[in-house]
Amino acid sequence: MSREHLETNIIRILRILGIIFFIIIVAFPFYWMIVSSFKSLEELLMRPANLWLDIRKINFNAYYEVLFEHGFSRYIANSTYVSIITVALSVTLATVGGYAVTRLRFRGQAFMSYSILIIYMFPAIVLVIPLYVVFSHMGLRDSIHVLILVYLAQTLPVALYMLRSYFQTLPVEIEYAGLIDGCSRMGVIWRIIIPLSAPALASVALYTFMIAWNEFLFAFMFLDTPEKFTLSRGVVQLAGSVHLSKQLVMAASVMVTVPILVLFLFFERYLVRGLTSGAMKG
Amino acid sequence: MVNRQSLLHQEARLAFWMLAPTFIVVMAFVVFPVIWNLWLSLKPVSLGALRGTSLFEFNLSLVNFHKVFGDPDFVPILLTTLFYTVGGSILSIILGLTAALLVHGEFPGRGLCRGLFIAPYIAPVVAVTFTWSFILDPQLGVLNWLAVNTGLLTQPIPFLSQRWMELDITGMRVRLPLALTSVILFEGWRYFPFAFLFILARLQSIPDELYHAASVDGASPFQRFYNITLPQLATVLSTLFLFRFIWTINKFDDIFLLTRGHAGTKVITIKIYDYAFGEFNIGAGSAVAMVLFAILLLFLFIYFRWIVKEMR
Repeated sequence: MSREHLETNIIRILRILGIIFFIIIVAFPFYWMIVSSFKSLEELLMRPANLWLDIRKINFNAYYEVLFEHGFSRYIANSTYVSIITVALSVTLATVGGYAVTRLRFRGQAFMSYSILIIYMFPAIVLVIPLYVVFSHMGLRDSIHVLILVYLAQTLPVALYMLRSYFQTLPVEIEYAGLIDGCSRMGVIWRIIIPLSAPALASVALYTFMIAWNEFLFAFMFLDTPEKFTLSRGVVQLAGSVHLSKQLVMAASVMVTVPILVLFLFFERYLVRGLTSGAMKG
Repeated sequence: MVNRQSLLHQEARLAFWMLAPTFIVVMAFVVFPVIWNLWLSLKPVSLGALRGTSLFEFNLSLVNFHKVFGDPDFVPILLTTLFYTVGGSILSIILGLTAALLVHGEFPGRGLCRGLFIAPYIAPVVAVTFTWSFILDPQLGVLNWLAVNTGLLTQPIPFLSQRWMELDITGMRVRLPLALTSVILFEGWRYFPFAFLFILARLQSIPDELYHAASVDGASPFQRFYNITLPQLATVLSTLFLFRFIWTINKFDDIFLLTRGHAGTKVITIKIYDYAFGEFNIGAGSAVAMVLFAILLLFLFIYFRWIVKEMR
């Protein structure tokens, strides 16, 4: 056998083994999260090494308890509200701002578009201290709307940067037609830019949704009242209050994970583009 | 001809209004906190003493920095941070490179694999940290039970709560920082998709002709990898290291949720939290935050001075 052949075969075997290895390490935690959430506490304690889920013993109690006794139905509503408002505001402001940075001439244009990325450098834990102090004093800290503003500040710069790169690829000539026909700049954005930018807007919306939905630190530091908790905040609260009942924590984890993974499944193309073009804070 | 000057003026004013909301939000929630941090780090304040006018008095001092540098934990924390950051960054890049090489090329189920491999990065941090804590738990965790039941281990390993583990490798006794290693492995697991996506995109843009030419010249698959693929990836790998280093050193959530900084995993971001919200010493917390900024600047300086120069 020639060297070429030998190596090709070795690579083929290594590739199969490698892919199996990655599938196991990536999928197992998610598998285990789901399987455990359908088991009873006795099952988890008596047979902790049982990898399988007995179909006849599927148990929805954990979901029932988490949803109705630990307040998660409320947290789901809160997280949905926070994420959707953040997406709506972020996409709107980034579209308008991104357009201004791309097409309008003004002093400080270059500064505006590059300083945006410096924000990548600042760790959330550093931002949380002053914001915690200030909002505590103003009595505004324990508020979902302040949280939305914080998420907006975290996502807007990246969203604006992503849209700016996209707008630069659009030909200016189409806009001239609109302007000559008497459209205002806002009219141009609404009638020409937005319809042309649907894929980029989808990427930005998904990226923003993901940040707002997954965010932990600010929700943890800002929210005190259980009625205002987001899902992430609720899971941490739950994990701190039940020690043995891991099936509850796993059911709660499934609830916070599934929506974002389903969204990703449907819109993978856009999300991957969002992740690679704007890079991402994480 | 309309007055060009006034048109430009009008355009600038429009741009101002279009950018004002973004500008205000970012100023209020990013730039202001950073400046405020610098101010607080120079003031002897605690969380309770933050009332009234004392906050705005010009009584600056270095007392917070004296406290921070005088802390016997300071040097160990810096070393832990460095180990964690470099280890986590490099591991996630190596895993991402391996996964990208595996998925590159055609095979059935490729799209599915690609989608699956991104899942750890997309999933909420609370869900994946609690799941891994459960899997690794010494009393209830499936991993320890399986290992003990199959005779692989004689007793369960507390992966996230034990500082050191004595290893006996063919007579050589090695002390492994267990919890810190577990946390680094978690970082590799969670963030390899980031490197994976970038490396995969770069792999797909390497022209096939390079490989064909090398084949014709008799280069074997491993030689082609070493002489074509790796050099082509050099730039993306070094950029990934830059991003991963910055984001890993800034990371707080993962370690906080996995270990709360116990068992030898106290990194600099956890220390900031401990000072500010554990001891209610806001000034000291802000001072450590300044140290973190200094480290970041130093890293950027070294990176652009040496690493980037090496690459060219």
